Amino acid sequence: MNDMTPTSAERAEKLQGMGCKRKRVEDIRFVQGKGNYVDDIKLPGMLYGDFTRSPHAHARVKKIDTTKAAAVPGVVAVITAETLKTVNLAWMPTLAGDVQMVLADGKVLFQNQEVAFVIAEDRYTAADAAELVEVEYEGLPCNVDPLKAMSANAPVIREDIKDKKEGAHGPRKHPNHVFNWQAGDKAKADEAFAKADVTIKEMIVYPRVHPCPLETCQCVASFDKIKGELTLWGTFQAPHVIRTVGSLISKIPEHKIHVIAPDIGGGFGNKVGAYPGYICAIVASIVTGRPVKWVEDRIENLSTTAFARDFYMETEIAATKDGKVTGLRCYTVADHGAFDACANATKWPAGLFSIISGSYDFPAAHVSVDGVYTNKAPGGVAYRCSFRVTEAAYAIERAMDIMAQKLKMDPAEFRMKNLIRREQFPYTSAFGWVYDSGDYQTALNKAMETVGYKQLREEQKKCREAFKRGETRELMGIGLAFFTEIVGAGPSRNCDILGIAMFDSAEIRIHPTGTGICRLGTKSQGQGHETTYAQIIATELGLPADNIAVEEGNTDTAPYGLGTYGSRSTPVSGAATAMACRKIKAKAQMIAAYMLEVHDDDLEWDVDRFRVKGNPERFKTMTELAWAAYHEVPPGMEPGLEAINYYDPPNFTFPFGAYICVMDVDVDTGSSKVRRFYALDDCGTRINPMIIEGQIHGGLTEAFGIAMGQEIHYDEDGNVTTASLMDYFLPTAVETPKWETDWTTTPSPHHPIGAKGVGESPNVGGVPCFSNAVNDAFAFLGSTNIAMPHDNWRTWTAADKLGLHK
Amino acid sequence: MIPGSFAYHRPSSVKEAVGLLGSLGDDARAIAGGHSLIPMMKLRLASPSHLVDLVGVADLKGIREDGKDILIGAMTTQHEVIASDLLTKKIPILSETATLIADPQVRYVGTIGGNVANGDPGNDMPAVMMCLNATYHAVGKSGERRIAAREFYQGAYFTALEPGEIVTAIRIPTPAAGHGYAYEKLKRKVGDYATAAAAVVLTASGGKVTSCSIGLTNVAETPLWAEEASKILTGSALDAATVKKAVAAAEAITSPASDSRGPAAYRTKMAGVMLTRALGRAKARAGF
Repeated sequence: MNDMTPTSAERAEKLQGMGCKRKRVEDIRFVQGKGNYVDDIKLPGMLYGDFTRSPHAHARVKKIDTTKAAAVPGVVAVITAETLKTVNLAWMPTLAGDVQMVLADGKVLFQNQEVAFVIAEDRYTAADAAELVEVEYEGLPCNVDPLKAMSANAPVIREDIKDKKEGAHGPRKHPNHVFNWQAGDKAKADEAFAKADVTIKEMIVYPRVHPCPLETCQCVASFDKIKGELTLWGTFQAPHVIRTVGSLISKIPEHKIHVIAPDIGGGFGNKVGAYPGYICAIVASIVTGRPVKWVEDRIENLSTTAFARDFYMETEIAATKDGKVTGLRCYTVADHGAFDACANATKWPAGLFSIISGSYDFPAAHVSVDGVYTNKAPGGVAYRCSFRVTEAAYAIERAMDIMAQKLKMDPAEFRMKNLIRREQFPYTSAFGWVYDSGDYQTALNKAMETVGYKQLREEQKKCREAFKRGETRELMGIGLAFFTEIVGAGPSRNCDILGIAMFDSAEIRIHPTGTGICRLGTKSQGQGHETTYAQIIATELGLPADNIAVEEGNTDTAPYGLGTYGSRSTPVSGAATAMACRKIKAKAQMIAAYMLEVHDDDLEWDVDRFRVKGNPERFKTMTELAWAAYHEVPPGMEPGLEAINYYDPPNFTFPFGAYICVMDVDVDTGSSKVRRFYALDDCGTRINPMIIEGQIHGGLTEAFGIAMGQEIHYDEDGNVTTASLMDYFLPTAVETPKWETDWTTTPSPHHPIGAKGVGESPNVGGVPCFSNAVNDAFAFLGSTNIAMPHDNWRTWTAADKLGLHK
Repeated sequence: MIPGSFAYHRPSSVKEAVGLLGSLGDDARAIAGGHSLIPMMKLRLASPSHLVDLVGVADLKGIREDGKDILIGAMTTQHEVIASDLLTKKIPILSETATLIADPQVRYVGTIGGNVANGDPGNDMPAVMMCLNATYHAVGKSGERRIAAREFYQGAYFTALEPGEIVTAIRIPTPAAGHGYAYEKLKRKVGDYATAAAAVVLTASGGKVTSCSIGLTNVAETPLWAEEASKILTGSALDAATVKKAVAAAEAITSPASDSRGPAAYRTKMAGVMLTRALGRAKARAGF
């Protein structure tokens, strides 16, 4: 050793392991337009499919005449429900235990529902012919209001199950009822309310929104009649689940189905489930013997494939007069549309909604959720959140503000008083969840100090006085949200999808030269997995991140996993990666001991090598050990250096954060401007701070869109009125505020590297924060709850109702 | 979002363009920047069999003075309007309006002629042209004629143009030096049509308005010229009471559709708010 010998710290830095702001390796191809997406796939002889869709929200299909469409030159086939019945695929199972029409079978249940599938030599011919499919409809009364779905005179949406008293999740009390699901202790909660000094009750609505990824849902199906094998390329967040479900539906043996998810342009939950387009493309390929491509357009995406939210949450809090919460109740009506195609863990029809007690120490709580059918598109996916967590976070964070207002307490002070204290972790909530770790007061204090919360409240006071004197027509709102997420689904005792436990996997092979490949059961849609998983391996194995390839999305090569959604990649596959590394490291240690002629226990790990304790000049680097693994393993040991781990997490992880928003509202137009937005996130161990920051920027931008303008809106005739980006608010760089990000670090005690997941936190925490800011602007005038989305006219209407335009 | 089949034509002169439109008949549509027509074709709300693209017609380009008027070629892009020193100096409301249209990418291709000729009540330039008392030069098979902007708009996508006729230029009487102006637009995001917008051009002398003209965007089936409101303000000092009266008169002529921007009543109110704000800025610019 001499002065030129790199120190441990220098060697560690070169690895670009955990904590490094490593540049995203996938961006090299993305920024050059060299990504490979489904629509880039062109196969010889490939055909194109397009749908004829229903203009009606609810109608009987009297007749479908495909003659004219089939006669268009270039049209190869036209498929209807009758065609699909010959292969028993007119209906398909959903992830939520319901069934869903693939193509309209006797009735249409929502506008733009798939009625016929035209397959043609090119995309234009398919679109031309789809217009020529003649469908005779007989209109039926429709209902798009979930609160009226279970009324006596509501039109029956699902005639196929109208007499079924038992659904996938228990008894049904009305033909339009999907399920009732409850959690918590009702008697105890009722008692808390009976004894409470102060209570509040508010209907808090989280409207129907859509994940709206830049790339829509799409697939290419190619059936090889000789081999009897199906290859399916698609925008799949969970390719293995698609393969298993595909095999169960189609009866093609699972080993003869090859599912490949190439680069994906955003998913946000939209690409978890299975859609009629996939089934039709597969059937079309089987029928024609040629590859068939199906690509959704934007209107189809927004109006038919997997919406999110649509929760009507009557939320109540009980508290003592000095501001200590004593009880929580929430009765929710969940609009599932025409079919329950919700993407949840199978046992949880309302997902993890019982995280609704949030970050607060509620001694008693109860929730009850009724799912209902309406004449709207199916879905109910977790749009950048763990299952129904953002709905829960919105309800509790809005309700906490309303209670603070009633108690005449500052919302921050009220929260501080009720946050679960550091010494209470691990903390068991009134719903039975065991929160693994947290340090909430520290986070909230840091957030308040950083933004100068007290000064902001003083400024707001002056602004309100000036408003009352008529000197300004602007109101200042300060929004606060303290959220706790429950992510990393999940432990097999809690979570499965169609019986498959929600573990995930990593398989690592280290090559002789010390480079390697890691394959996983998850699937990046932009999260940067190729970058971050390699960083975990770099730190665990002491090999440079640049020497590790990360591969996902091919069910033939990747180990089985449940995919990427619900912030589960880091908590589950990230853990699997670390555990697989540790198996490799244990073997490497034995090889090192053999080479150095010492006992295993005489070695210690030093960044990228095993060295002899007390004699650091005697060492073997991981790169040397990789070579040795292929030519001088100890006698009796198998050669090679690889490992696989299937990780079944012992618990969920519970990331949290404190967000603060300062908003200025123009009372005369209802428009509002975000002056400042500060987001403090605690996601435990931080793997790549730059990717975390990017994730938070993206999630906050989505949250801004949701809170301030997004809604999938239906008129009373069931027409979807916001099915294009003209009317569905997707913020551009111009509208998007500047984001300030910050963090605290409270590692997860049960996760191998202490990481908790972060991608969805900003959506979960951001929405209530923006909404609370708008509401706070008007709170001093007695307003308790202005509903989202806070677009100009709704905010103006709220101001108008308060008499501010007289 | 896949358009139907169509043939594409690219004439190099006005004569050739008009000839093509005449011979191809009702199934032919002239296309300028295409930012209204192409989306309508993708939605199959329009399915022309022939597109006659005016982009290659050099005569339709350019901005120049012609006596007391300024002439703008119909194929002048919104970007060229913003970049024009002549327009910035003489009719600055045009560049103020153009910067509120969509985004830079659209403005590099979208044209002022297409904007005024399409008859879309959501377009911004028509109300400004009515406010400025512009005249459109139209050429068809029977030659050229001039149509006042204030008489051009008859309904949504329905104008005084005859079949086969195209707008070739916009003639605007140059407003007096030192005039006050403003275009106020309320929109939800970049690229959105106005919830309501108001254009104001006025002149003043001795603390009184000597002339005033008001246009309103997207609050009726057509752009609106608020003649009565303009009259109320002329001769006034733009005092609060008179402004209120004029705003009420302007609101009275609106009949907006209820859409996802808000219900009709709200959009009418916003027309009033935009007008009030435009008057305030125009007043400051006119120097009183």
